[in-house]
Amino acid sequence: MKSAKGQERTRDLVINGALLLLVIIWTIPTLGLFISSFRTRFDIQTSGWWKVLPHREWVQIEELEIPEGVDPNGIMEIEGVTGTFEEFRAGITNEDGRQITWSGNKRLGTIRINEQKWVIIPRLTTDNYGQVLAGKTYEIQTASGEIRQVQGDNLIGAFLNSITVAVPATIIPILIAAFAAYGFAWMKFPGRKVLFIMVVALLVIPLQIALVPILRDYVQLDLNGTFLAIWLAHTGFGLPLATYLLFNYIRGLPRDILESAFIDGASHFTIFLRLIIPLSIPALASFAIFQFLWVWNDYLVALVFIGAKPNVQVLTMRIAEMVGSRGADWHLLTAGAFVSMILPLIVFFSLQRFFVRGMLAGSVKG
Amino acid sequence: MAEATQSKHSIKTIFEWFTTTIGQIIVAIIVPLITGFVMIKGFIFLRDGNAPKYVIALVAIIWGVGGVALIYFVTNWLIEKLPPQWMARLQPFLFVGPAVVILSWYMAIPTIRTFILSLKDRNGELFVGLENYIAVFTQRIMTVAFRNNLLWIIFGATLSVIFGLLVAVLADRSRFEKFAKSMIFLPMAISFVGAGVIWNFIYEVKEAGSAQIGLLNAIWVGLGGQPQAWTAMLQPWNNLFLIIIVIWLQTGFAMVIFSAAIKGIPGELLEAARVDGATEVQVFFRIMIPYIMGTIITVTTTVVIFTLKIFDVVMVMTGGQFATHVIATQFYRQAFTNQNKGYASAIAIVLVLAVVPVMIYNLRQFAEEEAF
Repeated sequence: MKSAKGQERTRDLVINGALLLLVIIWTIPTLGLFISSFRTRFDIQTSGWWKVLPHREWVQIEELEIPEGVDPNGIMEIEGVTGTFEEFRAGITNEDGRQITWSGNKRLGTIRINEQKWVIIPRLTTDNYGQVLAGKTYEIQTASGEIRQVQGDNLIGAFLNSITVAVPATIIPILIAAFAAYGFAWMKFPGRKVLFIMVVALLVIPLQIALVPILRDYVQLDLNGTFLAIWLAHTGFGLPLATYLLFNYIRGLPRDILESAFIDGASHFTIFLRLIIPLSIPALASFAIFQFLWVWNDYLVALVFIGAKPNVQVLTMRIAEMVGSRGADWHLLTAGAFVSMILPLIVFFSLQRFFVRGMLAGSVKG
Repeated sequence: MAEATQSKHSIKTIFEWFTTTIGQIIVAIIVPLITGFVMIKGFIFLRDGNAPKYVIALVAIIWGVGGVALIYFVTNWLIEKLPPQWMARLQPFLFVGPAVVILSWYMAIPTIRTFILSLKDRNGELFVGLENYIAVFTQRIMTVAFRNNLLWIIFGATLSVIFGLLVAVLADRSRFEKFAKSMIFLPMAISFVGAGVIWNFIYEVKEAGSAQIGLLNAIWVGLGGQPQAWTAMLQPWNNLFLIIIVIWLQTGFAMVIFSAAIKGIPGELLEAARVDGATEVQVFFRIMIPYIMGTIITVTTTVVIFTLKIFDVVMVMTGGQFATHVIATQFYRQAFTNQNKGYASAIAIVLVLAVVPVMIYNLRQFAEEEAF
């Protein structure tokens, strides 16, 4: 009995230990981004983000003149250590654990004595977030000729636009795909196989293929820059995967539940609404999370179909705009990336509770 | 009194009239018309309206989601009014029709047009036969791209699935399941631009002697090595450093789906096996794996296809330099930078052909099940 308990504890330890290790590995890169988002531009470019954590570093404790009679071109002896100029430039460690370095050039140098000490770089700032949230300032020349400073739109408008794009662009494809998945899984009709082949084949099509033809259609239909246009585009690009995943799930549902419903005289539509949808909640929720993330983080589709219309611009476009073409504004990108992560994480945490054990098992027994 | 009876009577006759055939037909016409009218009004309001942002957001969401649901309901309502044999014939098309129409417009027709273009020259004017395809399979830069895609599938897809399954199983038995799953999932919430920045903090290289701001080089130099440009050196193994990024991003995807599947395994089944003295490893290989085999196939297919299409990470990290081009980045380069429509289209079609084995496997599964 005792050994069984001990075994259990070991197993617990192994499971939790392995998981913890994976979690740490997975978190380190994000932690780096998170810490960097609170650092100044200069700090980001000159020292590693982990330097904000306590670490040992050489700290200068003394600075000396170059002693008389030392020849920088030969072997020198300074502060009890010997070496060439190059060796002193790199730093020589003496027996006390102190480092003696030659700072400057051969003629006009100083000797620095360093010691290892625990240090942190405490300079943290929320300026990056301030800049990202408040927007840049622009100079605008009015009709009368005067120049005014105008504060750029803050991120709230773009945030609302992103929500307006992402919520329907998540629900619409799931709804359409769930209907189609049920149709392919449990209904007989001519062309079932051919159409399903089409769906699976389209899984692999890179969406770049479709951008130009669809854009042309949108211009003709005067749909460009509307929410409907971008919803439909995301629906089109998300449908193959949504249909495929939901098909696999819905086909895997026990056949006897459907059979008994048919015997009770229910129609396909009723079965779909009353039986399939509630049973598929875990699959629907899983896919909803992913579709939402893809739409939320999408830049390419938004760029092509929303274009330059400022009143419908989404978050990713605004952030990309902020960074500009220089690409070196890491400090802004770090904060922007975090702002744009907030909502996806809320969605994940709120949908996580749907993955409950035994959802399916209970329904089969009942 | 008499008047009240009178009006009651007339209301009754109105209702009765609605049940006649002509009445039904008129209702059947009016309801879709009203639906259509409301939808169009909503669209115009959204496009031209000047309401405050949050109002537009709210209306748009209700209009978009509600509109699609309404279309299904109204159409089904119409179909269920038809004679039974017509209903049986039409209802499947209500279910799959919208998906098929949208897929045709957004994906199938552009694909066919791409195929036709792949047989033409760079301006899409003259037919050149299979010339583009011959070029795709013989040019060195394309063979490098094919090799890289193979590396992506062998390492990227496989490890994403394995890590995803591992985390899902471990988390299921762990005391901090929610926390662990959230942390593994976290990278999924980051856009590719964000991921590029994050991994620059890992892979960044500075000259020897100056402070390293990339974590990997800091460790490497600390161990006595020379600073390395990880994503540029040691071709073709520099691809592995890009693949790591995608494993980091995709494992969350595999994990969530596996986790949902594992939750679907009846608790009694696992309990019975454990009572019978099965070890955890036996439970995993003999019960869990066979039970969720369908899910494993689904996830693997999806991840392989993702990996085959990989584009953003390569574009953000190296732009395809240092022999890191993959098929999708080559397609993009040929289509948008080189403006060689024919050649780009041929690359895209090759990408489609690459997935044929995966398709065949899935269709075989499809044929096994019978429908109602």
